[in-house]
Amino acid sequence: MRRFGIQSENGSLLRLWLEISVACLLLVFTVGAGDTAARYENLGHKMICTCGCYQVLLECNHVGCTVSTQMEGELRNALARRDSDQLILQNFVQKYGPTVLAAPTASGFNLVAWIAPALVFLVATLGTALLIRNWRLRTVPMPKETATNPHIDAIREKIRRETEL
Amino acid sequence: MAAFGSFAILLGLVLCAYNLVTGVIALRQIAVHPERSAAPERLAESARRAGIGSFVALTAAAFALVYCAFTNDFSVSYILHHSNRALPWPYKFAALWSGQEGSLLLWAWLLAAYGFVLRVRHKVDVKLTAYASTILAGIQVFFTLLLVFAAPPFAMVQGAVPADGFGLNPLLQYPEMVIHPPMLYLGYVGFSVPFAFALGALMMRYPGEKWIHITRRWTMVTWLFLTCGIFLGAHWAYSVLGWGGYWGWDPVENASLMPWLTGTAFLHSVMMQEKRGMMKAWNVWLIFTTFMLSILGTLLTRSGLVSSVHAFAESSIGSWFWTFLVIVLSICLFTYLRQRDHLQSEHKIESLVSRESSFLFNNLVLLAACFTILWGTLFPIISEYIEGSKVTVGPPFYNRVAVPIGVFLLFLTGIGPVLAWRSTSFKSVRRNFVWPSIAGVATAIVLMAAGMRPWRDIGTLYSLITFSLAALVTTAIASEFWRGARVIQRHTGRNMLFSMVQLTRRNTRRYGGYLVHIGVVIVFIGLAGSAFNQSQEQEMGFHDSMTIGPYRLVCQSYTQDSNANYDSEYELLNVYKNGKFLLQMAPERRFYHASEQTETMVADHSTLQRDLYVVYEGRNPDTNQPIIKAFINPLVAWIWIGVLVMAFGTLLALVPNMSAEQAARTRKSAAGTQENIPLAAGVGE
Repeated sequence: MRRFGIQSENGSLLRLWLEISVACLLLVFTVGAGDTAARYENLGHKMICTCGCYQVLLECNHVGCTVSTQMEGELRNALARRDSDQLILQNFVQKYGPTVLAAPTASGFNLVAWIAPALVFLVATLGTALLIRNWRLRTVPMPKETATNPHIDAIREKIRRETEL
Repeated sequence: MAAFGSFAILLGLVLCAYNLVTGVIALRQIAVHPERSAAPERLAESARRAGIGSFVALTAAAFALVYCAFTNDFSVSYILHHSNRALPWPYKFAALWSGQEGSLLLWAWLLAAYGFVLRVRHKVDVKLTAYASTILAGIQVFFTLLLVFAAPPFAMVQGAVPADGFGLNPLLQYPEMVIHPPMLYLGYVGFSVPFAFALGALMMRYPGEKWIHITRRWTMVTWLFLTCGIFLGAHWAYSVLGWGGYWGWDPVENASLMPWLTGTAFLHSVMMQEKRGMMKAWNVWLIFTTFMLSILGTLLTRSGLVSSVHAFAESSIGSWFWTFLVIVLSICLFTYLRQRDHLQSEHKIESLVSRESSFLFNNLVLLAACFTILWGTLFPIISEYIEGSKVTVGPPFYNRVAVPIGVFLLFLTGIGPVLAWRSTSFKSVRRNFVWPSIAGVATAIVLMAAGMRPWRDIGTLYSLITFSLAALVTTAIASEFWRGARVIQRHTGRNMLFSMVQLTRRNTRRYGGYLVHIGVVIVFIGLAGSAFNQSQEQEMGFHDSMTIGPYRLVCQSYTQDSNANYDSEYELLNVYKNGKFLLQMAPERRFYHASEQTETMVADHSTLQRDLYVVYEGRNPDTNQPIIKAFINPLVAWIWIGVLVMAFGTLLALVPNMSAEQAARTRKSAAGTQENIPLAAGVGE
């Protein structure tokens, strides 16, 4: 019984290892498949169709557009070759020119495209905050009323709120 | 009729020029010799009448072009290139704005129409209207000059006249195209009126803020037209272009968004001038910028400076627009420098936590968004000039840069209205923001519990933030309605709904504005849905099926059809949801005979939850089987609903407030036999 027990234990351990291995393999393949699909979507949305429609590559819907079909094919082939994203984009730029990229790269002069809006926004926000601070500092505070009655204040507050309607 | 049309345009030009020249002379004489005002006033009156006459002349010209389209007068080059015999009549009417010359005529005519209303209603303020009318006449002269020399709509065909026209661009053969461009033009052109009033008021050193009161409705109506025009364009793109989206950040789309953003900033900022006499110079420059952006947008897209899918608009009239823009900027700058002492603020901002501050930040964000879009639109030109090579600035750039700004704007939409003028106490901030903040946080928690994973990708993160902010803003605005209505309820004894209606009628501008904000929130909810879009493409022959989201599409048949205007191919798809038959869809592809162009007709099943959007992409040349692309676009319907709410809110804000007497009468009648309760009664209850 005990031998059988050991055998049974070993068998279940083996089964467990097999299951884990299959699961790992499945995981690797499914993750890989999902990754490739996600990369295809990602890269396909980083480029535009060069047929002259100026649409994002995967969104080009020109009937019979041979350019986008060809480019999508090239992208699939590159992904099948396991080229890196960087290399794929570089190859496309080499073949179709820099306008194939749907957005400027974050390098060289193109970096200005990304920095300028953020910089302007930041400077304008700081400028506005400083302006308000400056105005506040220059505003002469109104003298406080000498005698206050909480009951009258409550009535005033209520009138103010109600007449604001 | 073509000769009549040409003559009408020429007459329009003469009348506008007369209005401009005599207007300038009369206003100059009135300014220099105010004691001798009888003769110049007569001259100004004749200028006004000439302006009214220009509207009649340009109406005749527009009528002549439409008449030529309806009578298939292909001797007119414009009609030959934009119409054909088989074209359905609504599209023949739309031919007026389907090309360069026609759309410029529409622009000139709308400008004359706005001018007509302004000149007829001159008694609002005779002198200020005279200034505005003269400035408007200057703009009219530019557009009629274009029609006479650069883009004549009645140019004749050289040589033999073809028996049929080349037809209308298939993209434009869609019902919305009959109303989208006029709406957009009404928006663009409409900003000329507040611009003319602002410039006129500055030139004559107009005292007080009356010019803002006069132009408030003009600005709001114009803003409404532009809003409707932009979203009709988005809906058209969604329904016709067949790529599954509604906004592609194309330069032409950007060109319409820029004046909308600055116009929105102006609408908010003028409230500070009206209430507190602040931001006078800022407001003047905002409306100047809005007008100039309308012109710049036209310049960018029509001059071919930037590449656009709206390629039909490209031409060589860019130099005209450059010249006009430089002249306008010079006049604005000169007038501002001369009169800037007139624009001193009467008050300063007293607190960072105040309505004024929130308006200032709102303006800042709107202008930042405008700058970002302008920068993105112009960057390819700048890059080409500096680097020698052109780059593309497409959706990935705008999605990364403009979306965070939009989300911040949504936040301000809720914050601004609940802050008090001058200064808001901490107690008030706490009272007004506790519940909205709870609503925002609770929404985020519920959505994450329901399966939203913001750490998965940036789109989901922005969506989650948008939904949370939508809950925050809605609660903040709803609580404003609730608090106000409760006060009225206490005094009238009527139910909450009646009290809310009463509240809104007493201050239509404020509560109409809140409704516009609710509309903006709804639009943002619709936009946030795009993070969860799905699409699938498949070859679908007889009885083939495709599953996407909760739907299963089964091909029933695919066939061809033909009529005088086009040939079509379409597929009949039965749609099942949870195993039950839901509906039949028929995505289609058309081939237009006259223009020899192909176009897709999208089949869209729209619900509040999601759109099932199906495109017939064509046939596989190897198998001859149709290729179908299906999209699941969540929450898109809310975008269009949001726009309707925005339009309703704007219209409500245009309704005059209920007078104090009316309000008292309503209170009395509501109270019935009960005595009218004093407004401030019940303190300490």
